[in-house]
Amino acid sequence: MRNGELYFKAGSEDPSSILAEIYEHLLPAYPKFYKMDQLSKLGWLATEILLGPEFRYKNYPADKVGIVLSNANASLDTDIRYYDTVKDIASPALFVYTLPNIVAGEISIRHRLKGENAFFIFDHFNAGFIQQYVSGLLNNDNLQACICGWVETLGKQLDAALFLVEKTPNAGAVGFTPAIMNQIYQ
Amino acid sequence: MEKLMSDLKKQIIEQLNLQDVKPEDIGDDQPLFVEGLGLDSIDALELIVLLQQHYKIKISNAEDGPKVFRSVRTMAEYITTHQPSNA
Repeated sequence: MRNGELYFKAGSEDPSSILAEIYEHLLPAYPKFYKMDQLSKLGWLATEILLGPEFRYKNYPADKVGIVLSNANASLDTDIRYYDTVKDIASPALFVYTLPNIVAGEISIRHRLKGENAFFIFDHFNAGFIQQYVSGLLNNDNLQACICGWVETLGKQLDAALFLVEKTPNAGAVGFTPAIMNQIYQ
Repeated sequence: MEKLMSDLKKQIIEQLNLQDVKPEDIGDDQPLFVEGLGLDSIDALELIVLLQQHYKIKISNAEDGPKVFRSVRTMAEYITTHQPSNA
């Protein structure tokens, strides 16, 4: 879904196939995508859909766009996969993804963002905290825009809801309140 | 040597998840890093794992890395001279 409208419906049920389908639908020609772990792929694709091609034309200074993400299981999905490789020969390519905030790094590299980023762990989507934290960054002039929300994957579960919050909102933008965020997340 | 280089190209693609690359896209003498195939430092570690998993070869001297992983041909030459069965 993007802004309340169906964006793409995947035919697969397997999480990695769903992510590959979305990638192929978007056609971003970004070979490094295939090397990412599932959490990074999910957050990266959700950001592609969220920002769309129009974001680059907003010309925000790179250090004024931040990323504030959250989930319940950190990088556990990749931790488990990495642990499986340790029994044989540990995979360096998986090891580098055994921290949840790497997804913010992948998004930053893709969109050349250098603003503040943070990753928080909650047992559920905590819209109130995200709204308060991001509002603080915007109100204190640390940021002019922020990508924020929830990016969660574990096993067969994929769950992401991202928001682009801008200090100077576009005409037609919805309000940045926990109630609206929860409504969109549902 | 030709068969070994052909196998290596397939193994490199699989090990490094280079899903947009075909074996025939990798030249025998094409540099694997930076200006060639564009591999990075994590890929270098994965190539070390590849040698260990497929050929039971451990690179004990880190200074050998750039020479061994310069191209598919240098990898094949290293494997040929260092495989345990050939020792």
